Amino acid sequence: MTSSKIELPAEVKADAAALLGSLHLAPSPLPNLEIKHTKIFINNEWQNSVSGKAFPVYNPSNGEMICEVQEADKADVDKAVQAARLAFSLGSVWRRMDASDRGRLLSKLAGLVERDRTYLATLESLDSGKPFLQTFFLDLEGTIKTLRYFAGWADKVHGLTIPMDGDYFSFTRNEPIGVCGQIIPWNFPLMMTAWKLAPALCCGNTVVLKPAEQTPLSCLYMGALIKEAGFPPGVVNIVPGFGPTAGAAIACHMGIDKVAFTGSTEIGKLIQEAAGRSNLKRVTLELGGKNPNIIFADADCKLDVAVEQAHQGVFFNNGQCCTAGSRIYVEEPIYEEFVRRSVERAKRRVVGNPFDPTTEQGPQISLEQQNRVLEFIQSGMREGAKLECGGKAFGLKGFYVEPTVFSNVCDDMHFAKEEIFGPVQQIMKFKTIEEVIERANNSDYGLTAGVFTNDINRAMTLSAALQAGTVWINCFNALSSQSPFGGFKMSGNGRELGEYSLREYSEVKTITVKVMEKNS
Amino acid sequence: MHVSENRQRTMSNESRDGQQRENKLSTRPLDTEMPMPVSDLKIEYTKIFMNNEWHDSCCGRRIPVYNPATGELLCEVEEGDKEDIDKAVKCARQAFQLGSPWRRMDASERGRLLCKLADLVERDRQILATLEAIDSGKLFLVAYFVDLVGTIKTLRYYGGWADKIQGKTIPVDGEYFTFTRHEPIGVCGQIIPWNFPLLMFAWKIAPALCCGNTVIIKPAEQTPLTALHMASLIKEAGFPPGVVNIVPGYGPTAGHAIAQHMDIDKVAFTGSTDVGKIIKKAAGNSNLKRVTLELGGKNPNIVFADSDLEHAVEQAHHGLFFNQGQCCLAGSRVFVEEPIYDDFVLKSVERAKKRVLGNPLVPGVDQGPQIDKKHFDKILELIESGRREGAKLECGGGAWGQKGFFIQPTVFSDVTDDMRIAKEEIFGPVQQIMKFSSIEEVIRRANNTHYGLAAGVFTNDINKALTISAALQAGTVWVNCYNAMSSQCPFGGFKMSGNGREMGEYGLQEYTEIKTVTIKIPQKNS
Repeated sequence: MTSSKIELPAEVKADAAALLGSLHLAPSPLPNLEIKHTKIFINNEWQNSVSGKAFPVYNPSNGEMICEVQEADKADVDKAVQAARLAFSLGSVWRRMDASDRGRLLSKLAGLVERDRTYLATLESLDSGKPFLQTFFLDLEGTIKTLRYFAGWADKVHGLTIPMDGDYFSFTRNEPIGVCGQIIPWNFPLMMTAWKLAPALCCGNTVVLKPAEQTPLSCLYMGALIKEAGFPPGVVNIVPGFGPTAGAAIACHMGIDKVAFTGSTEIGKLIQEAAGRSNLKRVTLELGGKNPNIIFADADCKLDVAVEQAHQGVFFNNGQCCTAGSRIYVEEPIYEEFVRRSVERAKRRVVGNPFDPTTEQGPQISLEQQNRVLEFIQSGMREGAKLECGGKAFGLKGFYVEPTVFSNVCDDMHFAKEEIFGPVQQIMKFKTIEEVIERANNSDYGLTAGVFTNDINRAMTLSAALQAGTVWINCFNALSSQSPFGGFKMSGNGRELGEYSLREYSEVKTITVKVMEKNS
Repeated sequence: MHVSENRQRTMSNESRDGQQRENKLSTRPLDTEMPMPVSDLKIEYTKIFMNNEWHDSCCGRRIPVYNPATGELLCEVEEGDKEDIDKAVKCARQAFQLGSPWRRMDASERGRLLCKLADLVERDRQILATLEAIDSGKLFLVAYFVDLVGTIKTLRYYGGWADKIQGKTIPVDGEYFTFTRHEPIGVCGQIIPWNFPLLMFAWKIAPALCCGNTVIIKPAEQTPLTALHMASLIKEAGFPPGVVNIVPGYGPTAGHAIAQHMDIDKVAFTGSTDVGKIIKKAAGNSNLKRVTLELGGKNPNIVFADSDLEHAVEQAHHGLFFNQGQCCLAGSRVFVEEPIYDDFVLKSVERAKKRVLGNPLVPGVDQGPQIDKKHFDKILELIESGRREGAKLECGGGAWGQKGFFIQPTVFSDVTDDMRIAKEEIFGPVQQIMKFSSIEEVIRRANNTHYGLAAGVFTNDINKALTISAALQAGTVWVNCYNAMSSQCPFGGFKMSGNGREMGEYGLQEYTEIKTVTIKIPQKNS
């Protein structure tokens, strides 16, 4: 999920001839996909739910049911925790394993994902409505790279020896926390599985992971690959289910040592509360965003780049990204031109079947989400923003929304403050740097921000002033396994990816030994 | 690595690690069958490797390469000299140009190339182990289980570091923003020894490539064959031309040309302290290239009376005799506490006598030949000096067999610190056992040497263990173990045992230049 990889399909698609020329090279989805795994994965075995219940999984591009998946609830989470706890007990195979062997297992898992890349991309596309090619190039690439990145860290998680006062020798051990509950969203089902599993396993934890009820399929397939790679039983357990039941059971569980959640701010608050109420489990949260993307007039010479990046920054993944640059602040002199080009670009956006290689935008994940996005659009119109294009549902079936652009948006409008999570771009106007800093920061969120300028002073000033966990300069969505990612303020707690994420999956133990006589 | 440990696992029938091995999930398939050397090995690569191509030497000379177990000629290898080094430097410089594929490559991709190389080494493990055994006299099974595992793990370890070499942003005073970039140094000359030809090759190239440098590496003239096989794997893995260049040759010619080259930015050398001094001098004489040295050792191994005697005897035995005694980290000064001295000597002699010498390719053999005639003669001469100076020869002491450069496992007791065998690095199967009475005394005596590479301590007393580990002047201290090396741990010498560290995160420092970038900003905020 590097920026260059993100830009590639877009650039190809911007040029029809290049697109046609590249089609024969492009990977194709697997025809007649067989869904292989629909059960709960505990102790490297497939199990039915304790309650006997199953839930339907739909294809969001046509609303048809794909299959039913066993529905985990509290009793299943309990079983999974027991398995994870056993796998984590002192002297277990997993605890005694060389750190470099943990790394090898993660590398092997990456190799298996690479082997089954087409299958997984097809499955993900079918289940989530993501365009197949984007899934193949971005989600799968990001998944593989994340697994490899953390594979490399496994035997590099160093403690310290410390020059302690007195006649003592003091050192630290970075130990795994224990059983980690991980709850992931439906917008990047496979990649979020990797973001969560890789650092946890790298540090030696065991995991109980709940995929979103909308998109459990790629995650369950990963269960099979985890077993094939050779992870010992109980190290990874996957419990598909719903938030209020299985998710709540994880958050409240007295036998889970840490919970990591990616999703809405609203649910993030419930999770932190549940952790506080139960056993003070460690919490990391990666939540919503209403991310500013600030375009200065001096970016004029590269206006097309800014327009394209701002477009991809909000419309990528059908707008269903916590990183979406949904508040575009454009400096006054270029405002009209920026809006004009953005509308032009949005109108060219190809919406359609996720398996069509020309498709840039698939459906929203569900009817509920589609309705939510359309309501936000309505509220924008009611509050006086100017609808430049789009604004409606698209097509006869599936949960599609037209690429939508609003101009003349004011900061106090409802839809300029709330996370829409859909293909809706809001473009605001600003005059001074002080003003735009204040307005950009005037949000409960603080996940990401973008700045487009060729002026080094503005770039440096903005990158210090913005309250956001990630600031992109002259790029957007440039994520990579090496760089930490997470939110200021109500966009989250803690960081994922990069070296920083290792802290979220280890406990530091200080060991102090009395010595006879200290020497430097 | 974990040299002695792996050795016990694989070489000994009554392996103490058997239980541990069973419990431990290995990501490698369990070796249900004993690996065998390749029977009809053909030596494919004998030329100079530059720009991913094979070249004849400029001077037209060749180096004869012998099998030390038989003294027979194995093949001839193209001999690199100054001119060839110049050509190799040009290739390496070109590959290091700004904008080159190697400079523009994602760090994670450099890591992938190293991991791919590790996979190829794993694929060719049997070939490489056979080649190493016939070229160096190393036991095939040791080469297979120790050298090859170490090589693969080192490549993978640094494969993982490539995209984790992080600079810092720094809270500088004033209205500035400061960050550091860890940049590769440039063209690195690397000169490696004959005792672990393949493993040293990996120790040298892995951190250098991980950090983005380009390399000219000179294998020892005695043992160029595995390095040249690696050349073919480097090309196959997909490293761009010029990133790794391999120039077999002699020290005074090719090695010297590297050390004093004006366009080599860094030289790394593993070998004797004598030659290390020449290299450092040449670096100073020429372009002040960065220097790392991993040199000799005369390493103390201290056994207290409270330790587990059987374990200490076994570890001390392997600590010295491993690899025919040809290890810079050989524990060649064994200091044993008075109350157990006689018992320790008795058991050590018993153990040494059990050592089986013979063909390195045959299972059941514990010890192969020394590397060559010159070295063989030097060891016998040092044994003679020990006798003359009054040490008690407990066993061994002479040559072994009709052909090849074998030396009997030799144990001396009643050794005093002023004897030559107690001061000079013998680099052969000769164990010196000394007696000590107090901890203060043994610390003083252990440190009374120009060397400072490694040290061992055997005791069950935590206070002794920690006191000694702080007091010893050595880059590595092992407590209740010996030769426990791994890619994750830094390795290198205090004093005249070397400069700098290899392996571990510390190894990265030796292959990077740090650049401080400071930007004036309008207004600082925390």
